[in-house]
Amino acid sequence: MIRIENLSKSFTLHNQGSAVIPVMAGAHLTIQPGECVGLTGQSGSGKSTLMRMVWGNYLAAGGSIMVGDTDVAKAEPRQIIALRRETLGYVSQFLRVVPRVPTLDVVAEPLLALGTPVAEARERAADLLQRLNIPERLWPLSPTTFSGGEQQRVNIARGFAHPYPALLLDEPTASLDAANREVVLTLIEEAKARGAAILGIFHDEGARARVCDRLVDVTGFTPKAAA
Amino acid sequence: MSDYNFAYLDEQTKRMIRRAILKGIAVPGYQVPFASREMPMPYGWGTGGVQVTAACLTPDDTLKVIDQGADDTTNAVSIRRFFQRTAGVATTEATEEATIIQTRHRIPETPLTEGQILVYQVPIPEPLRFLEPRETETRKMHELEEYGLMHVKLYEDIARHGQIATSYAYPVKVEGRYVMDPSPIPKFDNPKLTANPAIQLFGAGREQRIYALPPYTEVVSLDFDDHPFQASKAAHDCDLCGAKDSYLDEVITDDAGGRMFVCSDTEYCTSRRAAGHKGRLWAPEPEGVA
Amino acid sequence: MTLMEKMTATTQPLLKVDGLTKRYGPRIGCLDVSFDLYPGEVLGIVGESGSGKSTLLSCLAGHQRADLGRIAYDGRDVLAMSETERRRLGRTDWAYVHQNPRDGLRMGVSAGGNVGERLMAVGARHYGEIRGKAQDWLGRVEIAGDRIDDRPSAFSGGMQQRLQIARNLVTSPRLVFMDEPTGGLDVSVQARLLDLLRGLVRDLGLSVIIVTHDLAVVRLLAHRLMVMKSGRVVEQGLTDQVLDDPQHAYTQLLVSSVLQV
Repeated sequence: MIRIENLSKSFTLHNQGSAVIPVMAGAHLTIQPGECVGLTGQSGSGKSTLMRMVWGNYLAAGGSIMVGDTDVAKAEPRQIIALRRETLGYVSQFLRVVPRVPTLDVVAEPLLALGTPVAEARERAADLLQRLNIPERLWPLSPTTFSGGEQQRVNIARGFAHPYPALLLDEPTASLDAANREVVLTLIEEAKARGAAILGIFHDEGARARVCDRLVDVTGFTPKAAA
Repeated sequence: MSDYNFAYLDEQTKRMIRRAILKGIAVPGYQVPFASREMPMPYGWGTGGVQVTAACLTPDDTLKVIDQGADDTTNAVSIRRFFQRTAGVATTEATEEATIIQTRHRIPETPLTEGQILVYQVPIPEPLRFLEPRETETRKMHELEEYGLMHVKLYEDIARHGQIATSYAYPVKVEGRYVMDPSPIPKFDNPKLTANPAIQLFGAGREQRIYALPPYTEVVSLDFDDHPFQASKAAHDCDLCGAKDSYLDEVITDDAGGRMFVCSDTEYCTSRRAAGHKGRLWAPEPEGVA
Repeated sequence: MTLMEKMTATTQPLLKVDGLTKRYGPRIGCLDVSFDLYPGEVLGIVGESGSGKSTLLSCLAGHQRADLGRIAYDGRDVLAMSETERRRLGRTDWAYVHQNPRDGLRMGVSAGGNVGERLMAVGARHYGEIRGKAQDWLGRVEIAGDRIDDRPSAFSGGMQQRLQIARNLVTSPRLVFMDEPTGGLDVSVQARLLDLLRGLVRDLGLSVIIVTHDLAVVRLLAHRLMVMKSGRVVEQGLTDQVLDDPQHAYTQLLVSSVLQV
C-alpha cells in the first residue's frame, strides 16, 4: 500500500546563508495492507520528516513515495488533495481547526468532504467521540479551548472517521490516560483488521509492541556525508 | 412679434436640436446628448421642453402648454406667452386643436392623434440614476441592457410598502430595448405612452438629454409576475364634470376636512361640462371652487 | 482508487491561465502567471502589498485588461469575449467578494434587495420567489430572516461581509474571486466567516481564488497556494507544503515573519 524507494530530503535555508542541510538519503520502506510499521530513532533523526513527506507536507528531493497508485513525491497538488480526501489519513500531534466550529463537525468533516450525508457523518462522529470518552456536552463546542488530551482525542476521532486504506499516526497515544490509550490502540487494531496500512511513531513502547508488526529505525536513512 | 429669431433659438441651435430629436426617434428610448442652451427661465421650469418645442415649431403650428394637466398655472402660462412673443404662433387650450403640446407631468385625457407632437419636460432623464450615481456605469448598463437594478427599485417598493409604491416617473421599457423614465407623469398615464399615434419627445435641459417615442411605439411598464403593473387613480369621480376615467387632483376646500376631487386635465373637464356633464359639486360658477 | 482516478483523469480545469502579464508603463503589475484551477479547488494567493496579487485578481476577474497571456474559463477564451458576455459571466457563473463590503453592496438597498439583484439581473420576475431565495440565502450566511428589509448600513462589519457573500452566491456561481475577504474584521468574526466559507465551498463545490496576506486564512481555506513577489509567482504548491516546507527564499522569509500566537 505504501512503498518508499530511495527517498532523499534536504532543507535549503535561503535566509541563513543558503545553508543546505541534507536530512535523509536512500530511504526504503514498504507497508502492506493490514500492516503497521513503527518508526524508531532518536529525536531529530527524521521520523517526523519521513512522515510529513509521505503526507506530502514536505517536498521530497529525490526518490518515490507510492501511496496506492499515487507517487506523492511527484504528484500534482490536486492529486495529493484527492489522496488525502480518499486514501490517506493523518493523525498529527496538533489539532489545527477553524475556531468556533463545533467538535462534532470537526470530526465529521472528512466524511462531509467525501460527500457523506450530514446526518450519517455526524452519527459516525458521535460514535467515535463517545468511544474516545469526550463528554457529549463538549460536542457543540469548539475544541480550541479543550485540554491537550481532549484535543488529541478529537484529532484521533477525526483521523479515524473515514476508513482510509492508509494511515499515518504521529504519537497517537501521547498524553492519554490508560483508558483512552486502550481505546486508541483498539481503533488501530480495527483499522489493521480492515486492511489499512499504517505508518506510525510511538514513543510508548507498550503501544509499539502491541500494534506494530515491524519497526524501522530511521537512523539508517541519515545521509552519510552529514554524519 | 418681436426682434427675436422665430421661436427664440437661432437656426443653428435648432438644427442641432432637430438632429438630436431625429436620432432619438431613430433609437426609441435612447437618451441623446445635446448642447442645451441657456434659456430665459430657470432650470426646472422646463428649459429642456422649451428647446425641443422651439426646434419643432413652425409658423403654422398651434401650441398648447399644460402644467400638471392645467392650462392656467404659472408655468403653463409663462411658457405659452414666451412662444406667443418669440414665435407668434397660435395657441389653444383644446387638445384636439393643438399640433404641438408641451407638458409638464401629464398626458392629456383626450386621445392624441397622428400629426400631433407631445413634448415632455424632464427633470432627471436617467431612470437608473437614484440607484447608480455613476453616469459611466449607467451608460454601460443601457449599452449592455443590464436592467436588473430597475427591478431592485420595484422590489424595494414592495418590500417596504407591500406593493409597488412608485406612483409617478414609473419606469418603462421601450420596444423591448431601452429602459426609460417617462418623466414624472403619474403612472395612471403610462398606458397612454404605448402605441400612441402622436410623436412623443422628451427634453431635459439641465441634464442635456433628448429622447423620443415615435408614433405607435411599444412601451411596457416594468413589473413583477406576481405584482403586475396597475395604473392607479383616486377612487372617485370628478366632482365637477363627473368623469370616471380621468386622473384626479385632490383639492382641500376648507379647514374642516372638506375636499373635492377634480380632473387634473382642466381642458378635458371644461369641455365635458360644456357638453352638459355634471359632477357631484358642480355649480353654475365653477371658478369659485377651482 | 477508482474515485480518485475519476477525479484526476476526467475533470478538466475550470480556469486555465497562461502567461498572464500586466504592466503599468515600465512597472510590472504581474508577469507571466500561469496556473490551472479545477472545480472545487481553493487557490490562495499570498504576498506582501505591491506583490501583484491584487492586480492578478482584477485581471482574472476582468476588471482590468491583461496585456499578454490567455485565460480560458470552461474552455472559453475570456479575453476574446465581448464585454456583454464577460459581464454576463460576471453576474452568473462568477462572483467577486470585495475586501470592503461597501464596495460590493448597495448600501441604500435592503438586504433582500441586495441578494435579489443578481437574480433580477438574470431575468427573475417573480417577487415572491426572489424574496424566498433571498430569505434562504440570508439564513445560509447566518443573518436573521427578520433583517431582510434592513439596509446594510444597519449591519455590523461581519454581517455586511456575509451579506456580500450571499449576494454573490445566490446565482450559484462556479468561480468566486475573493480579495482579502476577512481583512478588516475582528478575529472572532473572521473565524465565523472562514467556517462559513469552508462549508459553502464544500457544499456547493465552488472554485475559489482568494487573495490575502493572512497566512492563517489560507492555511485553513486554500487547498493550493501561490506566493507572489514583485509581480512574479515565486512558488506554488499544496498549501501546507508551501507553508511548512517553503522552497523559495522569499516564502521562507514570509513564513518565518509570522508572529506565533
